Amino acid sequence: MEIRLSGILCQATGGASSVEVSGATIGEMLASLALKHPAIQDHLDDGVAVAVNGEIYRDRTDQVIPKGAEVFLLPRIEGG
Amino acid sequence: MPYETDYTNQKFSVIGNRVNRPDGVDKVTGRAKYGADASAAGQLVGKILRSPHAHALIKKIDTSKAEKLPGVKAIVTGDDFPDFTGGNRSLMDTLENCMARGRALYDGHAVAAVAAVDAQTANQALKLIKVTYKKLPHVTDVDEAMKPNAPIVHDWIRTAGVDPAPTTASNISQRNEFGHGDVETGFAQADIIIEKTFKTEQTHQGYIEPHACLATLGPDGVGELWVTTQGHFTFRNMCASLLGLDVAKLKVTSSEIGGGFGGKTHVWMEPVALQLARKSNRPVKLVMTREEVFKATGPTSSTSVDVKIGAKKNGRITAASAELRYQSGAFPGMWGMLGAMTSFACYDLKHVKSVGYDVLCNRPKVAAYRAPSAPMAAFGVESVIDLLAAELKMDPVEFRIKNAAKKGTQASYGPVYGPIGIGPTLEAVKNHPHMKKRLGKNQGRGVACGFWFNFGGQTCTDLNIGIDGSVNLTVGTVDVGGSRASLALIAAEELGVDYDQVRVTIGDTSSLGHNDTTEGSRGTFSSGMATIFAARNAVDVMKQRAADTWGIPVDQVVWEEGVARAKGRQNSNLPPLSLKEIAAKSPRTGGPIAGHNEVVADGAGVSFASHICDVEVDPETGSTRVIRYTVVQDAGKAIHPDYVEGQFQGGAAQGIGWALNEEYIYGDDGTLQNAGFLDYRIPVCSDLPFIDTEILEIPNPNHPYGVRGVGETSIVPPLAAIGNAVSNAVGVRMTHVPMSPPRILKAIEDAQ
Amino acid sequence: MSGVTVSAKVNGDAVQYVCPPSESLMDVLRNRLNLTGVKEGCGTGDCGACSVTLDGRLVCSCLVLGAEAEGRAIGTVEGLSQDGELHPLQTAFIDHAALQCGICTPGFLVAAKSLLGRNPNPSEEEIRYALAGNLCRCTGYDKIVRAVQSAAKVMRKQKRS
Repeated sequence: MEIRLSGILCQATGGASSVEVSGATIGEMLASLALKHPAIQDHLDDGVAVAVNGEIYRDRTDQVIPKGAEVFLLPRIEGG
Repeated sequence: MPYETDYTNQKFSVIGNRVNRPDGVDKVTGRAKYGADASAAGQLVGKILRSPHAHALIKKIDTSKAEKLPGVKAIVTGDDFPDFTGGNRSLMDTLENCMARGRALYDGHAVAAVAAVDAQTANQALKLIKVTYKKLPHVTDVDEAMKPNAPIVHDWIRTAGVDPAPTTASNISQRNEFGHGDVETGFAQADIIIEKTFKTEQTHQGYIEPHACLATLGPDGVGELWVTTQGHFTFRNMCASLLGLDVAKLKVTSSEIGGGFGGKTHVWMEPVALQLARKSNRPVKLVMTREEVFKATGPTSSTSVDVKIGAKKNGRITAASAELRYQSGAFPGMWGMLGAMTSFACYDLKHVKSVGYDVLCNRPKVAAYRAPSAPMAAFGVESVIDLLAAELKMDPVEFRIKNAAKKGTQASYGPVYGPIGIGPTLEAVKNHPHMKKRLGKNQGRGVACGFWFNFGGQTCTDLNIGIDGSVNLTVGTVDVGGSRASLALIAAEELGVDYDQVRVTIGDTSSLGHNDTTEGSRGTFSSGMATIFAARNAVDVMKQRAADTWGIPVDQVVWEEGVARAKGRQNSNLPPLSLKEIAAKSPRTGGPIAGHNEVVADGAGVSFASHICDVEVDPETGSTRVIRYTVVQDAGKAIHPDYVEGQFQGGAAQGIGWALNEEYIYGDDGTLQNAGFLDYRIPVCSDLPFIDTEILEIPNPNHPYGVRGVGETSIVPPLAAIGNAVSNAVGVRMTHVPMSPPRILKAIEDAQ
Repeated sequence: MSGVTVSAKVNGDAVQYVCPPSESLMDVLRNRLNLTGVKEGCGTGDCGACSVTLDGRLVCSCLVLGAEAEGRAIGTVEGLSQDGELHPLQTAFIDHAALQCGICTPGFLVAAKSLLGRNPNPSEEEIRYALAGNLCRCTGYDKIVRAVQSAAKVMRKQKRS
């Protein structure tokens, strides 16, 4: 599947704002991404937020990614 | 997890009722215990020595005289905190912020601490500690800190997010860009373009309760911490990491919290208290003064923001761009990034670009403040939106409705929106009676929208049913604003019992698995979800007990309105068994009845709000009076409407204070001039009118009852709503927050 | 360090304590008499969280010395309820959800009681100005004012009957 990312995460993918990865869940997708672009591991360790069809997931790695879903990676966000 | 998501037919027995909160009596009688209200036998008083300089090398700390003072039992400096961070930069930043390591980075930075038999002795000891400083050049303004010849705060910082990667030190820790399309193309299509720069000054969350804790830590690494915090599990992990302790050996109990708003999500002096306790082998009580709270905890960023928006004559925006510069204090943060993400989130834009810079300076380490970074960005964007509407002679609400984001819009921060509430809140504002009120002389009306993310997170709850049928619910999310009432309502709803039968406790770290901090508007959303599942878990147990009692298979048992019923004609002779009856029999049917749930709550959704504000500005003094204020926000489902309204009103009040009066004032020497409630003026009772609220309920499909997070979003629109209202009242566009009387007078003067 | 011996009345009970001359009444109440309902929000008389009455007069206990209480009567939030019954103000605060974190609540209750003792039928404006010395960061004061209005009504009724 194609995932998109922006902000500082693009630096870890050599400037690419969209990457081809595989995975049925958020966890699998992130592992696939880290395999392709090892530089992103630091950001993953800090934590990233993943938007699946517009819904933002920050904590669940077992969240299923439906087929054809729009996936967008965001840097970690926190509230107050 | 399977749950009913057909909200239109959801009928609730107790949810939505305005019941009395279970901890109400404790709080109105003074019985409730907050951070500074605990004491231990033999306790010492801890006090911290702080740098009087904005930036200085610490050449020497001589504690010899202080050590000899009778009654002084322990003294610590940076040397007493070995590096257990394992190279984790973020942990080291926290450690260094708690206690300086060779360099004082801001006025108020901790350089040493003592524990003594009483406060007088401790204060005397501080005076006896001789610190030799060598002053260094400092910088406190965000734009000044970005200049090439600015004094550098940390020489190891290289700006991230820039290509090619820089090799020289900078105060800009990162650059983040968000957006889609091509703004140049979009601006070329515009009939009018408005471009403006805005500035907002630094503010503090302003919780009335200062940070306080009571720490014990023995030579065996076993310790206890009683502390006012938004997240006791997070504090436990943090203190254990920084001090090299086993997490399980440190028990952290959350006191009642006297306000947090994001400022109590991180440790500021708790590791120092623990280290003093270890060194003296006695309990140490460490309470911050109000001055310390202002100088050495985590205020929000001061900012400088450029906004440019273009639109066609028909009112459709063709392009929008922003550059946002946020200072993060003396350590790196991601606040500029958050500002860039939220700036245009309310709008449906084909071409949008926002760039956020995070900048270091010699100020305290910035922490989250209720929807962090969003209010400042909204101030700039919503002001320009109003200017465009005025230029196009369009009604400001209609202009926003015309450009509002909706399902299918690509958000300016990236993903495509599902169903969202911005349209409904704007429609509600358009039709609100407030809009029809006539304005008088020197009065102006302002409208603004705001956006914020809401979060879920790790949550764990235990539900135990007592022998008499009363219910104990233990949760791990700190109750910052009254969520205990909502959680009791939820448990009562699921079990089918009276609200008064449920007792909610916030468990300490040894009673439950990890619970994330109460931030990101997640308290009721996450704990509520875990409570639902824990209750359903308990219901399953009770159904089995009933089945065993009747000798029938459990799939013939249903749970309805607090009783187990045996279904089927063959079971019609079996009378229902109530929760009370099942509980009474429990010792003989299998023992205590409990439900438990660990969940990583997620998908809390995003939140939108629209505010209306009327102000009257005295043209002679520049003083502004808020005469009417209305908040419209989507809550998904209001479990307890009083507390949802309370969040709306509280956030609005903080925003009003931020817009009109609150700011950190720094001298040329880089020291904070107004570190107290007299000169850092938060709104008082006579400053505000009644704040009207309208709760919209557009269900969140990721929650069994449709709940959305609500706590933060209402602080996002006020800066802009007041900005628009004041600008309309005085006929001059305000671009600098707070819009204090001198600033308003100057703006009027400059315009003439 | 020499201490001052003080005899006073707190919530109707006789008390005696020894404190350094420089110690505030707030610290005496909290640390020596264990009346932690009095809260320290600022220590400089700007927030009202430490509000008590001194011979019936509303004061910030952080601005009064422990020694100054000699022979005087002090009223704290702990003295509001009588014979196990909540004061109408306390009931009203709970009923109207006039508290979120609750740290400012004791101060507001003492200040509101003082107001209603002087002015049993205050206007909204009078309530707002009388309570302007008590800071709240959570509620925006809306429900607090409503609670005071409601309690005032109940107290006027009680007085008539």
